[in-house]
Amino acid sequence: MTTQWFGERVERREDERLVRGAGRFLDDAGHDALAAAFVRSPHAHARITGIDVSDALDVDGLVGVYTWDDLPGRLADPLPLLIPHPDLTHPRTQYALARGEVNHVGEAVAMVVAVDRYVAEDAAERIVVDYEPLPAVVGLDAARAGNDLVHEDVPGNVAAVTTQELGDAAAAVAAAPRVLELDFAIERSLSSPLEGRGVHARWDPEDGRLRIRTSTQTSTGVRAAVANILELPDVAVDVLTPDVGGGFGTKVVHPYPEEVLIPWAARLLDREVKWVEDRYEHFVSATHERGQQHHVRVGFDDDGTILGLEVDFWHDTGAYAPYGIVLPIITATQLPGPYRHRNYRVTFTSLYTNTVTVTPYRGAGRPQGCFVMERTMDRVAEALGIRRDEVRARNLIRPDEFPYDFSMTFQDGRPLIYDSGDYPGLLDKVRALVGWEGFEAERASPSADGRRLGIGLACYVEGTGVGPYEGAHVHVETNGRVMVATGLTSQGQGHETVFAQIVADELGVHVADVYVTTGDTRRFPYAVGTYASRAAVMSGNAVALAARAVRAKAVRIAADALEAAPEDLAIESGVVHVRGTPSRGIPLSQVAVLSNPLRYSFSKEAQAATQFASPADPDVAPVPDDDEPGLEARDYYSPVRSTFAAGMHAAVVAVDPETGTVEILRYAVVHDCGPLINPMLVEGQIHGGVAQGVAGALLERLAYDEAGNLVNASFMDFLMPYLSELPVPEIDHQETPSPLNPLGIKGAGEAGVIPVSACLASAIEDAVGVRMDAMPISPPELWSRMREVEVG
Amino acid sequence: MSSEETHEVVVTVNGSVRSVRVPARRLLSDVLRHDLRLTGTHVGCEHGVCGACTVLLDGQPVRSCLTFAVMVGGAEVTTVEGLAGPDGELGPVQQAFRERHGLQCGFCTPGFLLLTTDLLARDPDPGDDDIREALGGNLCRCTGYVNIVRSVRRAAELAGEP
Repeated sequence: MTTQWFGERVERREDERLVRGAGRFLDDAGHDALAAAFVRSPHAHARITGIDVSDALDVDGLVGVYTWDDLPGRLADPLPLLIPHPDLTHPRTQYALARGEVNHVGEAVAMVVAVDRYVAEDAAERIVVDYEPLPAVVGLDAARAGNDLVHEDVPGNVAAVTTQELGDAAAAVAAAPRVLELDFAIERSLSSPLEGRGVHARWDPEDGRLRIRTSTQTSTGVRAAVANILELPDVAVDVLTPDVGGGFGTKVVHPYPEEVLIPWAARLLDREVKWVEDRYEHFVSATHERGQQHHVRVGFDDDGTILGLEVDFWHDTGAYAPYGIVLPIITATQLPGPYRHRNYRVTFTSLYTNTVTVTPYRGAGRPQGCFVMERTMDRVAEALGIRRDEVRARNLIRPDEFPYDFSMTFQDGRPLIYDSGDYPGLLDKVRALVGWEGFEAERASPSADGRRLGIGLACYVEGTGVGPYEGAHVHVETNGRVMVATGLTSQGQGHETVFAQIVADELGVHVADVYVTTGDTRRFPYAVGTYASRAAVMSGNAVALAARAVRAKAVRIAADALEAAPEDLAIESGVVHVRGTPSRGIPLSQVAVLSNPLRYSFSKEAQAATQFASPADPDVAPVPDDDEPGLEARDYYSPVRSTFAAGMHAAVVAVDPETGTVEILRYAVVHDCGPLINPMLVEGQIHGGVAQGVAGALLERLAYDEAGNLVNASFMDFLMPYLSELPVPEIDHQETPSPLNPLGIKGAGEAGVIPVSACLASAIEDAVGVRMDAMPISPPELWSRMREVEVG
Repeated sequence: MSSEETHEVVVTVNGSVRSVRVPARRLLSDVLRHDLRLTGTHVGCEHGVCGACTVLLDGQPVRSCLTFAVMVGGAEVTTVEGLAGPDGELGPVQQAFRERHGLQCGFCTPGFLLLTTDLLARDPDPGDDDIREALGGNLCRCTGYVNIVRSVRRAAELAGEP
């Protein structure tokens, strides 16, 4: 009986240490390291006219104070532009420490290193920076007006303008029987993992090596950047990702200033140095997302078929643009959703503002695009007097239309082609799950508390598993343990578990015998990172391919040892044996011994691989030309393009007309990410995604004042939801395999968050008749809007 | 260390008597994590809102990031490292969170484990409202709390088994 691990609700390998408090997060090591603290700008936009550190020098325990003037070589240059693009005509990135000018509250101006964090902060408080304030550009309205400039050499604050078009949208809209013009907006928010950022570096003078631990989503990215900036050989820089307390996108940015400054200081001082971000720092120096304004012209016929769609939108990229224009490209290319478009034109303008830099946060431009498309669908339904689910049904791409080519370029530079899906199937499931047909009776039934009920729906498609590649190394040790390494990182997704499930199936071993390491450049130096719902697709397939190569080698060696034909062999429970004859077998541990011809034995079992152990062909080398010692293999997975997951959410809400409070009575999620490796973990991803979606719709926003101060930069004022604020989603799965990868899987990490604002806006509008054109919405705002409607 | 005045604090942590010399301003969370090397207690916000740093102080949940170490002299502190059984086996609360996938990144988890331990000590069979009340002050960014609540229910089952 063969055990199948793929598809099982396997308990997580990670949890044994995490529930004991034995995880190894960034700040759980380096207790004797020197501590760094940063002096950060209190101004959104200012010239630095002087920095006086003299008072800080009296602080007992101070080790050093550094400003831009102290930075050598490439460390004094602007940090890398991570993703250049031809349309990004005015890229600007920050300096590791501000050079003469600050462009957002929180920008690092000086670094203090001291014996501990308390002392470092004492010294930082004594550093006096003279600023000459400049006009601050805060928010998209100010950026678009262009009266004041963030960067004086960037006219109109415009970083980039891009257009993509399918067909001829303007002509299609002009010729359409019906046309609507609509405006939609989404506010700024942030990932806000429970663990902030952090860096811990150690220079080993004997070996000339730098070891960096950083709470990142891309250890190989940090390694390449630090080696380049500090002008060290790549092989002299090791980057290890410890347990990471959540990322959600913001930790994919690299190198953050601290990620180059802390290693530099460690080498300079020849001491371990550590910096751990505090919560205020996270609000004002870790990247944000989501702020966009959109204008839509949609043309459609009397049946609700979309004939042409023109979208112009404005993206707030914050003070700098290290991540290029990936976010607005994602909005532009994912906005079409699951619908059949023949004529679609999208133009976006990416604008600088004097606020924290914007890079992807879970969902990454898709919540905005989904909001625009889904609200547009609701408006079309309303204009024609047809049901919201019906107008969607009439426009869905049919299962027989895949692959569906949009003739556009996706965020990875590859063609935007949906690979597979069953969107009508999803719609049927979500209508059933939420009780769509029975809702009108529910609405009509008198409610005891006077609250008004509404139902909403939103659909999305998510490009997942973007390239360029991931790789993996699988090694069966002579003790029978299967050691797996892949370079991408983990922030709680459960990669140690799901990759072990995949390898266990491929090699015919127990999942408990598979040990997975992620994000350690010493173990696997070629990788990209964890973002864009790509880890399962990319590294999942890479570990499968590497494990298949190991299996083939194991079968070949075992066939020799058992004097059997390779095709007659099977691997079960860690034993290679002749099919139908379990007694004629050899354990993988012994195959591993035989795979490595030995001069010197190290154990009784290993004697079998020594030179006098058994007769061998005198004309064949112990390791032939086309072979390598060891039962191990390395392989890579690199897709031609992304694979597209999809889903639909529906919600029933109750709105209290006296307070504007929204309660989510039911929340239904139907999700298709192909075959599920571990349903328990996929459901966990959906729970967390929906939670962040609800937070973004009803609670969380980053509130800047006109001067560019982030006035809610704490957990007391930024309303991250507690247990009491969130629904328990009901979940149904559909599993449409991808034809693009060996496992047929699609990504699942971000999906939960994408349609939530659109879905809740639809439900709230349905409940109280207020136009929901912008999110998030707070109870006082909704109450005011309801009053306006009543007053007329 | 710098030349700040220090104070001796003797405190019982997970059943062991520990003695540290600390400045008056040193937080209990820092003493646990960096002086006693009990790093299971995590610090998520340093302003008492997220609850990742929750420990039991004489049996009551407190935010160790809002507690000065000098305040806990003579007290008994329980951290996540104190929740396993005498032979190192997972305690029922720890076991339940693993079984029900009550954690993802694991950073907030120690705080929730201690809140659950406190809840079950007071009420071996809590209802949903009791669970919401007991756990409603800690933040988790990964799970949407769905499986945390399921884990608490499972912990009550496991703790009630003979």
